[in-house]
Amino acid sequence: MSWFKRIKTGITTKNKEKKEIPEGLWYKCPECNNVMTSEQHADNEWICSKCEYHEKIGSREYFAIFFDDNAYEEIAADLISGDPLGFIDTKPYDGRIRSTISKTGLKDAMRVAKGEIEEQKAVIACMDFAFIGGSMGSVVGEKFAMGVDEAIHHNCAFICISKSGGARMMEAGYSLMQMAKTSAKLTQLSNHGLPYISILTDPTTGGVTASFAMLGDINIAEPKALIGFAGPRVVKETIGKDLPKGFQSSEFVLEHGFLDYIVSRKEMKKKVALSLRMFAPDFVEVKHSEKQGK
Amino acid sequence: MQIILIQGFAEKLQPMTYLEFEQPLKELNEQIEKLKESEQKNGVDISKAIRDLEKVLKEKTKEIYANLDPWQRVQVSRHPDRPYTLKYIEYITGGHWIELHGDRTVKDDKAMVGGFGLIDNMSVMFIGQQKGDTTKLRQYRNFGMANPEGYRKAMRLMKLAEKFNKPIVTFIDTPGAFPGLEAEERGQGEAIARNLYEMMQLKVPVICIIIGEGASGGALGIGIGDKVLMLENTWYSVISPESCSSILWRNWDHKVTAASALKLTAEDMHDNKLIDGIIKEPLGGAHAHPDEACALVKKEILKQLEKLNRLSPEERVNNRINKFCSMGVVIGK
Repeated sequence: MSWFKRIKTGITTKNKEKKEIPEGLWYKCPECNNVMTSEQHADNEWICSKCEYHEKIGSREYFAIFFDDNAYEEIAADLISGDPLGFIDTKPYDGRIRSTISKTGLKDAMRVAKGEIEEQKAVIACMDFAFIGGSMGSVVGEKFAMGVDEAIHHNCAFICISKSGGARMMEAGYSLMQMAKTSAKLTQLSNHGLPYISILTDPTTGGVTASFAMLGDINIAEPKALIGFAGPRVVKETIGKDLPKGFQSSEFVLEHGFLDYIVSRKEMKKKVALSLRMFAPDFVEVKHSEKQGK
Repeated sequence: MQIILIQGFAEKLQPMTYLEFEQPLKELNEQIEKLKESEQKNGVDISKAIRDLEKVLKEKTKEIYANLDPWQRVQVSRHPDRPYTLKYIEYITGGHWIELHGDRTVKDDKAMVGGFGLIDNMSVMFIGQQKGDTTKLRQYRNFGMANPEGYRKAMRLMKLAEKFNKPIVTFIDTPGAFPGLEAEERGQGEAIARNLYEMMQLKVPVICIIIGEGASGGALGIGIGDKVLMLENTWYSVISPESCSSILWRNWDHKVTAASALKLTAEDMHDNKLIDGIIKEPLGGAHAHPDEACALVKKEILKQLEKLNRLSPEERVNNRINKFCSMGVVIGK
């Protein structure tokens, strides 16, 4: 027999007494159900404080993480897709583009910017998964190309943060050729002796993995990201059985020799900056005291 | 001359498999066969009737093949009687070629073949995906779906060709790079990416020919060339119509719509400047006249090599890079 007995059933709090909590104040980790305030979550670079789960973030967040004082200049910000094939599936592609632009505030699945990382000039291309699954079409290819040209022009490093479901079906042959185009641009960067750092984040698959994401002078990944060529569902269908645990995770890809290292988002800027300094003709240590004094 | 052509035409059509839209051709061929049989049996001269029917057959074939829709072309590209890579190499070199094996790292991928061969006494490196022509061989060749070691084998052979200053010809015919567990472990993505990067800078002439299916990264992985050509009845795109349908419409019922939407035919790809040229197939498709198809491909290879040999390695590499860099349509530049 219980000590207390409920006499009144249902929720008895009156509507006017109910406390309204605005949406988006709290973040609940999808991996471990840990609850944090959104502010704490953002302060922690959108990483769960308990299980280190790296929430998917976009170019705006990555630029803020990487560029000194969040200062950067965006390149080719206004490029949008031209719907070269007049593609129509369940809805027309140009309508899909327009509605995604107004929904996300992004123009396509990649943004490119130049700025400084611990006082070293760099161009960063960063993909946005929110824009049609971070898919690569003509705009992604062109922005990537312009980013490489910018790096060559300023004689600085080029960094690409990948986050993509692969090539964009609605641009079909054009999308496919962006794999060739981005790879071609990387040969030019290499011929100028400039470093290319590829950062793979959750998820990086398909045509992006099979082109620029795997071509870094160093390939880096965030922990536990999905990285692969074929999607896990397709692989599962092919082999007809369940996939081993951790298949296609960053750790798996590192173990098989396709990544140089895995680094937490919190340590990433520091480690990338150090790598860049090690690539530079003359190693220059950053004087943090000076920087703070500015 | 015309009669010889027509006779050759009728002979070769006999043992083939007919696609759905080719049924009228099947019926005509059967009628011709019956007439020929009865001519032999009865000793009566009905050669005029046969010739007339053969003319009808030729006209009908022309009519059908002039009006193929994209999905029908996809079907032709997969026709089991179409010549595959080894057939082209055998024919073009007259059997004067040596197959080379292995990627020197993991194993020999049977879905990717290659080796040096002679074409009019000129040594050329031939590489391509290979499909099998029987159930057993299809499995042995993994349906033309290469693993990472296949792409690395291809790259090893290309580097070998470059070292000895020999041109490279690749034959593309794949439903895609193999999406298996071990393929992922061994870095399918990296293998293809590396090929794109390295092929872009090869100092020797590179000609890539889509002879059947050109599916996505698996095709592109040996598809970076000074000249990328498609046979008339082939397809080349980012995804197969079936997979496109299953992703965008959640089932395979829209493959015909998807085939049109993807603009994957040789004509569309050429109009969009995503390939450099189209190689005409014999009337009725390469599967109806494999030898003729091989001869046309050989002629084209010789023509293109002659042009490419006139350029310096630097010019070729620059042109190649600039060509791929110009692909794409954007607004606001």
